[in-house]
Amino acid sequence: MFTIFGIPGPLLFGQLLLGLINGAFYAMLSLGLAVIFGLLNIINFAHGALFMMGAFVAWMLLNYAGIGYWWALLLAPLIVGAFGLVLERTLISRLYKLDHLYGLLLTFGLALVIEGLFRNEYGSSGMPYQIPSALQGATNLGFMFLPNYRGWVVVAALVVCLATWLLIEKTKLGAMLRAATENAPLVQAFGVNVPRMVTLTYAGGVALAALAGVLAAPIYSVNPNMGSSFINTVFAVVVIGGMGSIIGSVLTGFGLGIIEGLTKVFYPEASATVVFVVMAIVLLTRPAGLFGKAA
Amino acid sequence: MTSSASTTLAAARSSPATVFGYTPVQAVALAVMVALVAFTPSVLYPVFLMKVLCFAMFACAFNLLIGYVGLLSFGHAAFFGMGSYVTAWTAKNWGLSAELAILLGGVTGAGIGVVFGWLAIRRLGIYFAMITLALAQMVYFVCLEAPFTGGEDGIQQVPRAKLLGFISMQSDMAMYWLVAGLFLFFFLLIHRIVHSPFGQVLKAVRENEPRATSLGYRTNDYKLIAFIISSFIAGIAGGTKALVFGIATLTDVHFSMSGEVVLMVLLGGLGTVFGPVVGALVVTAMENYLAQFGAWVTVTQGAIFVVCVLAFRRGIIGEIGARLKLAL
Repeated sequence: MFTIFGIPGPLLFGQLLLGLINGAFYAMLSLGLAVIFGLLNIINFAHGALFMMGAFVAWMLLNYAGIGYWWALLLAPLIVGAFGLVLERTLISRLYKLDHLYGLLLTFGLALVIEGLFRNEYGSSGMPYQIPSALQGATNLGFMFLPNYRGWVVVAALVVCLATWLLIEKTKLGAMLRAATENAPLVQAFGVNVPRMVTLTYAGGVALAALAGVLAAPIYSVNPNMGSSFINTVFAVVVIGGMGSIIGSVLTGFGLGIIEGLTKVFYPEASATVVFVVMAIVLLTRPAGLFGKAA
Repeated sequence: MTSSASTTLAAARSSPATVFGYTPVQAVALAVMVALVAFTPSVLYPVFLMKVLCFAMFACAFNLLIGYVGLLSFGHAAFFGMGSYVTAWTAKNWGLSAELAILLGGVTGAGIGVVFGWLAIRRLGIYFAMITLALAQMVYFVCLEAPFTGGEDGIQQVPRAKLLGFISMQSDMAMYWLVAGLFLFFFLLIHRIVHSPFGQVLKAVRENEPRATSLGYRTNDYKLIAFIISSFIAGIAGGTKALVFGIATLTDVHFSMSGEVVLMVLLGGLGTVFGPVVGALVVTAMENYLAQFGAWVTVTQGAIFVVCVLAFRRGIIGEIGARLKLAL
């Protein structure tokens, strides 16, 4: 067995992979938060609950309707996105003229309601979700065994992040979105239906969270608390990256996942807190975040 | 956050005479509150009332920040929970007397508050909330793993230490008077702070920070001091609760506790004098009665958040005050 810095190779790469997986979810969740924040100026506290809903919808589709993983990958984001659309239209849209903190409080309340309802119905113990048959097993990469499903999650997350970046930076729709982020009244004056764009942006960000939830379902057990355990770390990721750029959220998400994984190898006691320590250091040196614009 | 607060301010300006910073109506309300604190334990279960008073202290500390400085902290559970751990640990292992153990809890809260505040006041608004939340999450993880907190079990069988080393706190009523005394002391202290020259600068920072800066005030210093005072009182509240129940657990430091105190203050009325107390009473009572229905407590709390934000932003006391055109 070979070693790197005195650490057995398989252990190092195993933890790196775990870090990469967590990083993939941080990236997808903070990406959705950043897109929503850009246009709506609210921090979507319900993001973790909607991530959890994505996993649950996939589980329900399988257990109540017999619809498998691949269809769930498409349907769950659509269903949860539609739910987000209703939330935005009926509740969140009433707050745009108020202090942004009210948006935070409202979505925090929504998160409590959603999580509470699922906990009532399904308990807190969690339910297994099978890895789809095409992705079972593992591949020998020579230096380590890569479980196929985990490899797929990293690749899928990268593709989703890249696609979102292309959509926002390279298409006409994305250009309108960026313009509306800069100056919504002006874009509206050009005849763009900004309120509808805001609604769809929220639904889109929520759908991203749900997609991440479906990807997470076979890795973590499907349970009502899976979102809230993630989302606090994601907020730290958002503070570190700053909410200025798409690429920034993605890089920060993956980067912090890897740092977490490495900490697990070299100093396991600190693995749960390292992200917050990084956040403190970034706040001291670059208060606006690594990729953020100074306010 | 300024809409409800500025209405109360406007009302405060229009009312003429004040006694020690209290309007006549507030003085009457204060008298009623003191009377209630003094006489309810003969009617209601004192342990429940002590819980309410501990949370009322916690909520008043939180209101000092959100109501008078305009800072929304989502990490107050860290001060409350660590205060509770330190009080429990020192009372149990060092055999400290009650007042010293509680004081140490408060000092711990303030100590963490120095670090949190120093880091978080670099950013405003939403970022401030996220940073405090994340830092509190870090404290939670530390408590989960550190040996002295007892992990999932918490610190159990904490003795109700003697007050000043010789007054027994074993009976619930003896403990009740201590809790009631602490609550009233900090309630009055917060009012005194808010109405001091220091408190006026805090309000100026809330209303218009650039102008306060241009008048020569170091606004960040003022914010930090307010943050530390708030975290000190939150630590005191947590420590007191640990002595009352003889236990300190992860629940007190968990981020849902931060959410709970936000809920109490929002429901009672942001920036009102009596709102946090009423909010603490309503939320604690609701939890007591709904406890048998499991997660419905969470659902109800969430629903109250949604309703408050959408239709009831002044909160209970703020709404009553606005109807009667009085500052409460």
